[in-house]
Amino acid sequence: MSSEEMHIEPAPEKGFFDNIFPRQVEPKGLIGWLTTIDHKRIGILYGVTALFWFLVGGLEALMIRIQLHTSDFRGFISAETYNSLFTMHGTTMIFLVVMPLAVAFFNYVMPLQIGARDVAFPRMNAFSYWMFLFASILLNISWFFGEAPHMSWVGYAPITEIQYTPGMAGEFWIIGLQLLGVASIVGSLNFITTIINMRAPGMTFMRMPVFSWMTLVTGFLIILAFPAITICLAELMFDRLFGTNFFQAAAGGLPILWQHLFWVFGHPEVYILILPPMGMVSEILPVFSRRPLFGYPLIVGSGIAIGLMGFTVWSHHMFTSGLGNIATAAFALTTMAIAVPTGVKIFNWIGTLYKGQLIMATPMLFSLGFIYQFMMGGFSGLMHANAVHDLQQHDSYFIVAHFHYVLIGGALFGTFAGLYYWFPKVTGRKLDEKFGKFVFWFLFVGFNLTFFPMHWLGLNGMPRRIYTYSPNMGWDTINMVCTFGALLMAVAVVVFFWDLFRTAKSGQVAGFDPWDARTVEWSIPNPPPVYNFKDTPQVKCLDDFWYAKYPETMVHDEDETMHPSDYVAADPAVHGHSHDDHGIHMPGGSWFPMFAALGFCIGGFGIVMHGFFIPDPVAAKSMSTLSILLREYWLAILGGLMGVASVFAWAMEPIGGYNIHFKEEDNK
Amino acid sequence: MSAHGSHLIENPHEIGTTGLPHRKIMMWLFLASDCMFFGALISTYLIYRGRSIAGPTPEEIFDIPLTSTSSFVLLMSSYLMVLALAAIERNDLTKFRVYCLGTAFFGSIFLGFQVYEFTHFYHAGLTLHGSVFGSSFYVLTGTHGCHVAIGVLWLLALFFYSFTGGVTQRRALDVEIAGLYWHFVDIVWIVIFVAVYLLEYII
Repeated sequence: MSSEEMHIEPAPEKGFFDNIFPRQVEPKGLIGWLTTIDHKRIGILYGVTALFWFLVGGLEALMIRIQLHTSDFRGFISAETYNSLFTMHGTTMIFLVVMPLAVAFFNYVMPLQIGARDVAFPRMNAFSYWMFLFASILLNISWFFGEAPHMSWVGYAPITEIQYTPGMAGEFWIIGLQLLGVASIVGSLNFITTIINMRAPGMTFMRMPVFSWMTLVTGFLIILAFPAITICLAELMFDRLFGTNFFQAAAGGLPILWQHLFWVFGHPEVYILILPPMGMVSEILPVFSRRPLFGYPLIVGSGIAIGLMGFTVWSHHMFTSGLGNIATAAFALTTMAIAVPTGVKIFNWIGTLYKGQLIMATPMLFSLGFIYQFMMGGFSGLMHANAVHDLQQHDSYFIVAHFHYVLIGGALFGTFAGLYYWFPKVTGRKLDEKFGKFVFWFLFVGFNLTFFPMHWLGLNGMPRRIYTYSPNMGWDTINMVCTFGALLMAVAVVVFFWDLFRTAKSGQVAGFDPWDARTVEWSIPNPPPVYNFKDTPQVKCLDDFWYAKYPETMVHDEDETMHPSDYVAADPAVHGHSHDDHGIHMPGGSWFPMFAALGFCIGGFGIVMHGFFIPDPVAAKSMSTLSILLREYWLAILGGLMGVASVFAWAMEPIGGYNIHFKEEDNK
Repeated sequence: MSAHGSHLIENPHEIGTTGLPHRKIMMWLFLASDCMFFGALISTYLIYRGRSIAGPTPEEIFDIPLTSTSSFVLLMSSYLMVLALAAIERNDLTKFRVYCLGTAFFGSIFLGFQVYEFTHFYHAGLTLHGSVFGSSFYVLTGTHGCHVAIGVLWLLALFFYSFTGGVTQRRALDVEIAGLYWHFVDIVWIVIFVAVYLLEYII
């Protein structure tokens, strides 16, 4: 849409704060990014930030692998640094890389897939991003204080209690995760509302693309699972700061409660990480097989089933903690049962490939890699669903192999498939196929070389989280192979980033619908205009865009979802979104989401730093408890007040922005 | 703004596929999430029941008639909340202000009872760090108290906002959403009152 065809008219509303913090009518320059509430820009911000942390987490992993490449290796990093490295590697990769990368796609792709102009609450969406950014910085500045968290990403009590982990490391970890949890919950409330309430006319739930479905399921998992970790982190924080006894065994507290609450969150979290890539792969396979997705209702249904069953399996992380036979048997059974819907998905993906005209482009390669490697991870997962096996494998490298197969081989490969697939949508340019294949094969070979031998290491008894081992254990050769594989992956990642920068600047222009795709996000130009759809799409069937292009391929059989007669007429009273005399209204940017997030994160930093402000014991004797608390937490209180004030300012802010009017009234 | 859409909603763009406003759907989702927060806290309390090594025990310090009174006040505030919403939907701004302030006032009375109760328990020897009963009791009821305090601030904000013309019949949804939160906080208190206080006299 060229700019001559439309003109822009600023909205007249001005609020009280517009004089203090001027708002742009149209987003421009750096301020345009800082105040943006456009889901596409927020998606890009999420993606770029997550890819930056991916490099940081990858560097941590490389240092771990270098440390372990041979036995009795000393002088490279200390055992304490090693503890910090594996803790921060896990925390970073889960909370700062895989989740936010998925959220980047939720932000960018999901509203386009359901034919919406934006998410339901654009400013809340911006708040979620800034909260994520500041919290991730808070978590990582711990390195500069020499207090990087070092008690592993699961933070089992009582090792996280103040007597075993004194200093700020515990608070950095607790507060960092707590603030990241806020970002995730706020974001998910927004995505669920968007999907439930902002689908284009005719986009019934059973015509919704699988990726949007998985966004919905993941959103529910996040809002229902994160409270559990929020509460156990809060209880731990109270233990550390105010001397409560939640996990203090000496006073009757139960450290095992930490494990239960953590894994009530932690297991659904695993599905929070894997369901979005499953959705991406379900979008990509049909496009590159040139066939409809096999068993769409089953794929959707098994996604929902995985989400529900994800809440019933948490204790399989705790088989060695002595749950008792009945609990162990019950959780072993539910864990084996959850493999069924996962298997259903895999068979459906294979069914999609069967008799398809396969196009081996990079997104397809990553999707196929995903299926194979995720299946491998699933098989080893089934092995430790058997509690007897698990006793042998627990806390060994077998587990490390398993979850890296699921998280790298599964989640990351799926996300890379998505990155290659939707990159033209975001930038208008296609990533290079030659480099893409190079990245895929190096990553694929490197990954399998790193993690497949770890199964043997684990079965031979090598425990997790050790920083070196004795030469007479016989683990040297295999560890060397693993480290070599990790270096291959590093090469792939370097080439990937180089290609990413190169293409974003001056890559091959993708043009309209470069993949001959099936879903409505491809029916608009690449990159999309700021208002997404000039006219709200009218969705008549699943894969609507495909059947609009190739109506002759529509199968007129008993399959209800593909009947043209299934058309649901748009009700203009309800779906008054398309441009009319009022034009398209674009809301203005806002400073307050960023200010609110900054306030809350400064507050969090204040809690981390409270130790510096404790008055000395002699002076404290003459003070009241309240004034001691005020001195100790002044920064926390100040930050919190800034956050709350920003929320109030935000609530009072008028929408502002501008209206876009089109001069010509032709459609398309 | 165009004329179509429900007369109670100022912005028709806010009505979506389901015919419900976005904010109402999101509030229900948030409450589902909040259920899990309280679920985790109440579970913690129940798991730690009877595990304290040091006293005092719940039976020694609970005063059921006192807490019943404060619970009754909180429940009645929900009734005032309903009246406040009904008033603004009828465009009766004066009545809205009376009931809205009344709801906030009843909430404050509940908070006053809680402050009294906490002080009393503290002097009776129940501290945050003295026993797991103290830890789990104060953190659970304190979290609920924070929810009530946030609700009181919210209602007061609506009350003062109504003098600037910000609360109108067309924006009754703002009041309805505050009401959803307020009723939820009340219902959670019923669960806490049963699981923490009354349970001592049942099992």
